[in-house]
Amino acid sequence: MELCTKTASELIGMLRAGEIDPIDIVDSTFKRINDKEPDVKAFIVTLEEGARARAEELKDADRSLPLYGIPVAVKDNMCMRGAQTTCGSKILTPYEPPYDATVVEKLKAAGAVIVGKTNMDEFAMGSSCEWSAHHPTRNPWDLERAPGGSSGGSAAAVAACECSMSLGSDTGGSIRQPASLCGVVGMKPTYGAVSRYGLVAFASSLDQIGPFARDVRDCAMLLDVICGHDPKDSTSIDREPPDHVAALDAGAEGMTIGMIKDLFGEGVEPGVRERVSDAAGVFEKMGAKIKQIEMPIVKYALPAYYLIAPAEASSNLARYDGVQYGMREDADDIVSMYRKTRRAGFGSEVKRRIMLGTYALSAGYYDAYYLRALKVRTLIVKEFEKAFSECDILMSPTSPSTAFKLNEKIDDPLAMYMMDICTIPVNLAGLPGMSIPCGLSDGLPVGLQLIGPTLGEQALLRAARAFEIGSGICGMIPGEKTD
Amino acid sequence: MKLTREEVREVAYLSRIEMTDEELDRMTGQLGAILDYADMLNELDIEGVEPTSHVIPMKNVMREDVVKESCGVEKALMNAPDRFGDFFRVPKVIDEGEGH
Repeated sequence: MELCTKTASELIGMLRAGEIDPIDIVDSTFKRINDKEPDVKAFIVTLEEGARARAEELKDADRSLPLYGIPVAVKDNMCMRGAQTTCGSKILTPYEPPYDATVVEKLKAAGAVIVGKTNMDEFAMGSSCEWSAHHPTRNPWDLERAPGGSSGGSAAAVAACECSMSLGSDTGGSIRQPASLCGVVGMKPTYGAVSRYGLVAFASSLDQIGPFARDVRDCAMLLDVICGHDPKDSTSIDREPPDHVAALDAGAEGMTIGMIKDLFGEGVEPGVRERVSDAAGVFEKMGAKIKQIEMPIVKYALPAYYLIAPAEASSNLARYDGVQYGMREDADDIVSMYRKTRRAGFGSEVKRRIMLGTYALSAGYYDAYYLRALKVRTLIVKEFEKAFSECDILMSPTSPSTAFKLNEKIDDPLAMYMMDICTIPVNLAGLPGMSIPCGLSDGLPVGLQLIGPTLGEQALLRAARAFEIGSGICGMIPGEKTD
Repeated sequence: MKLTREEVREVAYLSRIEMTDEELDRMTGQLGAILDYADMLNELDIEGVEPTSHVIPMKNVMREDVVKESCGVEKALMNAPDRFGDFFRVPKVIDEGEGH
C-alpha cells in the first residue's frame, strides 16, 4: 500500500515510530499528484519545492506535533505567504498575499506539509467547480463528472489521495456537497468556531472554514488544529475549544437522531434516498433512536439564501476595483476603469450574484427582498432550535443527487443552486454540519449529512464514527475495492 | 414584479460592471427567474418576526489602544497594479465616467 493512500492517523503512527520520515510521504504524494493531476486537476498550483524543503526542516523537529509530516492542501481562497491566492478568479490573477491566514499559520505550527492550493468556483460561488477561471476539476470517481463545489478541488484531492487532508470553506454547502460527491468526509463547523482571518470574504455572516479527510478520525484531528478563538477575527467564538478526537469513541448508544422528512422528498434521487435511509438502520443497530422530524420551513432556506448571500457578496466584492491589488483594465477615468476591470475580471456567476445582491439591497426593494429574507432566517433558526429540543443531532441527504455530468447544469443557474438545498439551512442557522460517505449508488458516492446544535461538533463526530464502525464504510478510495 | 432591462442596466452601473446590450438581455432573464423563485418567501407570515443578520450575539470587540506592528508600505503596495512613490496611482477621478 502506497503511503499516500494511508490516513493521516496511520501515517502519524509510522512517523512517530521512526519507520518513515516526512520526505518519504512527500515523495509518495508528489508521485501520486504527477500521476493523477493530468486527469483530476484538483489544484490551481502545487508547491513541490516548498513541500520538500519543509519535509527536510521537519526531519529533526518534534515528532509529537499533531500533524507532523502530514500532506495537506489548502483551498485557493485562503491566504498563504509565498504562493498566489487567486480565489479561482481572473481578477485576483496575480495576487500574492503579504500574510498567512490564521488557519495556514496553525497548519504550519502543527507540523503539516502544505502541498498546494486547490481549485474552486470563482469566489466560492458555485456547486461544481466549473466556475473556476482556471479550469474545471474532475471527479476522481468518474472523470466525466463534476466534483461538486465550491471546494471541489479540496474534496477531489483528498479522494484521489493527492493529500491526506485539506481545508475548504462552506457558505451554503461548499464543503459538504463536494465531500458528498467525492466520497470523503467534510465538516462545516459552527459559525465562529474557526477563524476566518485570511479567508477571502464571500458572505461574511455565513462563511466558515472546515476540514476534509478520508475518515472521521482524521477530520477530528484537523478540526482540533484549526479551531479556536482568534483576536484577528472579531466573530470567532471566545472559548477553550474541546478535544474533538477524544470525543470520537463515545458511540451512538442512547442518541436521538432526527430524520428531516422534508429533505427526503421531491428532487432527491431514489438511490440517494435509499442509502440515507439505510444509514438510519445502521444508527439503530448502534443503539441510537431515530425520530421523524417535520421542518416545513427548510424549503424556504434556498430562496432566502439567494438574497442574503448575494447581498453580502455585493458589498464584500466591491473591493475588487483595480486599485490596490489584482488586475486592472486601463481607462481614461476612474469609473470606466472600475467598470472595465470588473467586466474583464469577474466570471458570469459572480456578476450575476453581485447584481442580484445590489438589486436586493437597493432603495425600493430592500424591504421586499433583503429584509424579508432576514426575517425568514429567524424562522429557520427557531425551527432548528425546536428540533434540537427533541433530538441530539439531525440527519438528511447531503446532496439530492450523486455527482452530475460536467456541463450538465452550467447554463441553468437555478438547477445548480438546487444542489445545495439540504446544506443551506445549516449555514443560515450557523450550525455545525458534516457529510460522511454512506455507500454508493450506481458506482458513485452518496453523502449522509449530520447536523448538530451550536458547538455540537463532538456529538456529530461521535455519531459519524459510530456510523463508520456500524456500516464498515470508511476510507473509500475510487478504483479500489469498497465494502 | 417584472424586472426590466433598464432596471438591470442601472444595477450593472451601480455594481460597476460594464455590460453589452446582449449581456444585459441575458442577465435580465436570469435575474428575473431567480427573483420569481424568491417570491416564494411571500408565502410565509413574517408579521412581528425580528430579522437575523447574524446568528451569534455580536458585541463590539475592542482591544487595548496600543501601537502594534503594521504591515508596512512596501508590503501594502506589493500587489498594486500601478504606483507612484508610496501611493496607489489611479486614472483621473474628476469626470463622472462614460455615463450610463
